[in-house]
Amino acid sequence: MAQSRAEPRSAHVPLRGAAVPQALRRTLRAMRREWSAYLFLAPGLLLFSVFTLFALGFALYLTFHQWSIIEPDKAFVGLQNYRDMATDTDFRNSVLNTAYFTGGSVPFTMLIGLALALLLNQPLPGRGLLRTMYFLPAVTPFVVLSIIWKWLYNGDFGLFNYYLLKAHVIDKPLLFLSDKHLAMPSVILMTVWSGVGFSMIVYLAGLQGIPAELYDAAKVDGAGALARLRYITIPLLAPTTLFLLVMGIIGSFQVFTQIFVMTSGGPVDRTTTVVYYIYQAAFQNYEMGYASTLAFGLFAMLFVFTVIQLSLYRREDS
Amino acid sequence: MIPDLRPGGSPPNGLGGEPRSRPAPRRPRRPQRRHLGMAAAYLVLVPGAVLFVAPFAWMVSASLQHLGDMFSWPPQWLPRHATLDGYRTFLGIGPDASRGAQDAGRWFLNSVFVATSVTVLQLFFNSLAAYVFAKRRFPGRDGIFLLFLGTMMVPGQVTLIPNYLVLKHIPLFGGNNLLGVGGHGWLDSYYGLILPGAVSAFGIFLMRQYMRSIPDELLDAARIDGASELRIFLQVVLPLCTPALAAMGIFTFIYAWEDFFWPLIIVSSPEHYTAPLGLALFVVKNRTAWDVLMAGSVIATLPMVAVFLLFQRRFIQGIALTGLKG
Repeated sequence: MAQSRAEPRSAHVPLRGAAVPQALRRTLRAMRREWSAYLFLAPGLLLFSVFTLFALGFALYLTFHQWSIIEPDKAFVGLQNYRDMATDTDFRNSVLNTAYFTGGSVPFTMLIGLALALLLNQPLPGRGLLRTMYFLPAVTPFVVLSIIWKWLYNGDFGLFNYYLLKAHVIDKPLLFLSDKHLAMPSVILMTVWSGVGFSMIVYLAGLQGIPAELYDAAKVDGAGALARLRYITIPLLAPTTLFLLVMGIIGSFQVFTQIFVMTSGGPVDRTTTVVYYIYQAAFQNYEMGYASTLAFGLFAMLFVFTVIQLSLYRREDS
Repeated sequence: MIPDLRPGGSPPNGLGGEPRSRPAPRRPRRPQRRHLGMAAAYLVLVPGAVLFVAPFAWMVSASLQHLGDMFSWPPQWLPRHATLDGYRTFLGIGPDASRGAQDAGRWFLNSVFVATSVTVLQLFFNSLAAYVFAKRRFPGRDGIFLLFLGTMMVPGQVTLIPNYLVLKHIPLFGGNNLLGVGGHGWLDSYYGLILPGAVSAFGIFLMRQYMRSIPDELLDAARIDGASELRIFLQVVLPLCTPALAAMGIFTFIYAWEDFFWPLIIVSSPEHYTAPLGLALFVVKNRTAWDVLMAGSVIATLPMVAVFLLFQRRFIQGIALTGLKG
């Protein structure tokens, strides 16, 4: 900024003389000189203050209250919401379901993504088209994916049942989404299908960052393809793997759309995940205080992973 | 299953003929192995890709069929009597309009409006803040930045509930009085759909990273030439950030287009539905109108696929840019 213009103006500041400590005066002068920086920051900071900072404080406040939108009395209940959460068997069930979902979807999404990336990193004719085909689900609205799969899984006329019957794998149609043992695996299969493209692209970016000289050197030393995969590719992809794992766990713990569209949490709560449970508490039972407590519970469960995520970005930053 | 990586040392290393002059003991066998490897790769990749695309093909095919044909057994991959009735009904025109979604056209306009607004506002606000964090020195900078960074750890569900209440009590909007009571505030409004997403700590963080690579001398030169801070930002910094802006714009647009949870909780009247919300609620309400639904699904998918196909290269660069590189 035009410092020459700002300098003389700041000379007016220290009118109160020695009463203002030197350091504070210097800070005030710097703030004055850099006024435009604050102006640039203002719109973002304003929105951030309302929708993130204030919201966070308010969320914490809610957890200590019995806060229903439909009742005028918002009573202070101390730690009662937290005690309720600790003994809520439905909540525990939703955590277990979410862990099941995460354990089923994240590893497969990553493994298949890695395999595809290894294959599609080679100079194969038509690999661009193939990459696009695998990536297609990743750029389709999740609501649409859920609708398509809900139909594919349909017990009366779904394609899965048709082809499984035709191949004589089963002899009567399966109720994929309303059988309590099949519902979650069905949701997981659909989620893996939709997420593989993203893992593949991230792994491809990782693969392209590995220097070709390493492979050349290994080949000179007589390392075969498997040895190169084992001792060069996999270790050097470790940061990518860690990134995908952490992002995958964080994302899976927040699964909602496919549950809402495909199963509505059923059958008998077998697919009620944490976020779906929070949604029910807040917007079907209007228990805002309790729902906020559950959200903090989710935050606590994810804390370790978000710390890793943040440190990954910080490392990138420095 | 996994064939040779980078067969034949093919990646160009910019050293001209150097690789060729290197002794390669197994060179004579390489062409056959390479072809075998390629065949194996295709054997896995092509059927896999077909399986990945099949649900989409099925969606498009079903959207062109009459309701009766859709349930035929065996399933028809090619529509026997192709029709656009599903699309017409979905958009609330034609003889069957009452089965469709009356406001469907409007949902898509809403989605276009909301996603575009969120993208434009985010790009502008994020890069303003990022510039200041990256290139200016002022009291409080590091503290404020850490505050932004720290909140990136908080999952969205934590702020969702309070924000619902905040919107409900915005003063002087939606029938509220000065104290924010009496009406519904910004719930069920475009403000509510757009403003909470108009800035993103993550976006600021990424832009800041990118902007730090701009040499300070460039900015100082502009300052010496008497350019104002705003002008430096608009005419020097932003043009240099085009790749980052493009990538972020694409991601933000796609994310905003497919956002589902937030519209679900704050929107209540069909005139404010976004496309994903309208579709999801339509499924819940009309469990059997699959022809209409498939048509709607195709329409909701097209903008995102179009954005992806048009900007594929930028998109992939963007993934590398978002700090995901290994």
